[in-house]
Amino acid sequence: MRNLLDDKLEEAHEMLLIMCSLVEENINMAMKALINQDLDLADKVIDNDELIDSYEENIEDLCIELIATQNPLGSDLRKIFTMQKIISDLERIGDHSENIAEIVKLIGEQELIKPLIDIPKMAKIAIEMVHDCINMYIDGNIELSIETIKRDDEVDKLYEEIYSELIELFNDNKEYKDQIFSLLLIGMNLERIADHATNICERAYYMVEGERVEL
Amino acid sequence: MESRNVIEIDNLNLFYGDFQALEDINIEIERNKVTALIGPSGCGKSTFLRTLNRMNDLIENTIVKGDVILDGVDIYKEINLLDLRKRVGMVFQKPNPFPMSIYENVAYGPKAHGVKNKAILDKIVEENLKKAALWDEVKNRLDKSAMGLSGGQQQRLCIARALAVEPEIILMDEPTASLDPIATLKIEELINELKKKYSIIIVTHSMQQAGRISDKTAFFLMGEIIEYSDTTKLFSNPQKKKTEDYITGRFG
Repeated sequence: MRNLLDDKLEEAHEMLLIMCSLVEENINMAMKALINQDLDLADKVIDNDELIDSYEENIEDLCIELIATQNPLGSDLRKIFTMQKIISDLERIGDHSENIAEIVKLIGEQELIKPLIDIPKMAKIAIEMVHDCINMYIDGNIELSIETIKRDDEVDKLYEEIYSELIELFNDNKEYKDQIFSLLLIGMNLERIADHATNICERAYYMVEGERVEL
Repeated sequence: MESRNVIEIDNLNLFYGDFQALEDINIEIERNKVTALIGPSGCGKSTFLRTLNRMNDLIENTIVKGDVILDGVDIYKEINLLDLRKRVGMVFQKPNPFPMSIYENVAYGPKAHGVKNKAILDKIVEENLKKAALWDEVKNRLDKSAMGLSGGQQQRLCIARALAVEPEIILMDEPTASLDPIATLKIEELINELKKKYSIIIVTHSMQQAGRISDKTAFFLMGEIIEYSDTTKLFSNPQKKKTEDYITGRFG
């Protein structure tokens, strides 16, 4: 029985790793699409999201199967439960990347009101956070999780700056109002991505330590 | 006010001749809780259970050292066996009704303890069959042989029989091991109901059962208690590697 459980856990784990890399790749592509105003790439991000969703479903099915048939306890139980939670966060991150891609399509080829500086900066941190939180889950590295979660404050701060700057621009550039609103939404989506990365860190902490932590 | 612990055990060691079956057991059993004892075969959990009503006394060459304190009284030094068995009832793996009527099975204990009045006995029988969730199924055939009941019914009858002498503690040694899932569920629901009035200690081979019904769980291995904690904690986040290995099926 133990071998069967180990094999299935390994299978779920491998699927999760693929899902993670797809999610990471999709945020990167969504940001590239924004910076280069590449609408084809935006379409690709939107298509890829379906694949991410299907991974979530498949991993969830496997988790349910394991709970139903293997009666997992102890670290097995925590691993399965954590996986179940993490895939929800990953799926949401995927959705936010898709949202960004949709917004990129709305902006289209319209000239940008200003060169993008803080948004890519914010995206860079959010992407690194997602990358680190996934590594943290893989290695069970708790130190890394604390470092990663601290970066959420940087993202929040950048978002506040972007927000203030765009609202200021809004008053004098009414013809750009849709674009300003779109850029605000991108900031918001990036902020949410960083929040989900934080969740993943907290979940991975629980998996390793068996105790919840509000980091 | 009653103390929180119904049983306190201090440095209990038990030997069957040269073989040490229990080693340095220290544990406090809480009142009105269900305490599950788990562990692989031969780990000492049933031996431990039997020390709580001195069933091991029946086994030759058994030496018990240490203190087993029931509500402040050392059960090996300060109480007679009849009183102890009245306060600490037991239900076994295989239902073992006496080959007599359903009524007589339940009335047997109270009679042995001197109750003779028929009306009182009738009341005791009815009350305890109700407590054991068996009354509705047997009220019209109380004079029929207990041997005609199904396995699950027989086990509930044995529980009613144990309850009839008004114990404080009920020991259960794998009480559902020979029952089907429906009968098992009934016994588990009954255990959950009974803990309001009694303290229950149950040996089970099913970790799922321990998870479903117990508040506290003790994991035994080779005569020692490796870990004792709240059931949820023990099954989701055990603190000892041996416990983790056992509950995740890595050995045992």
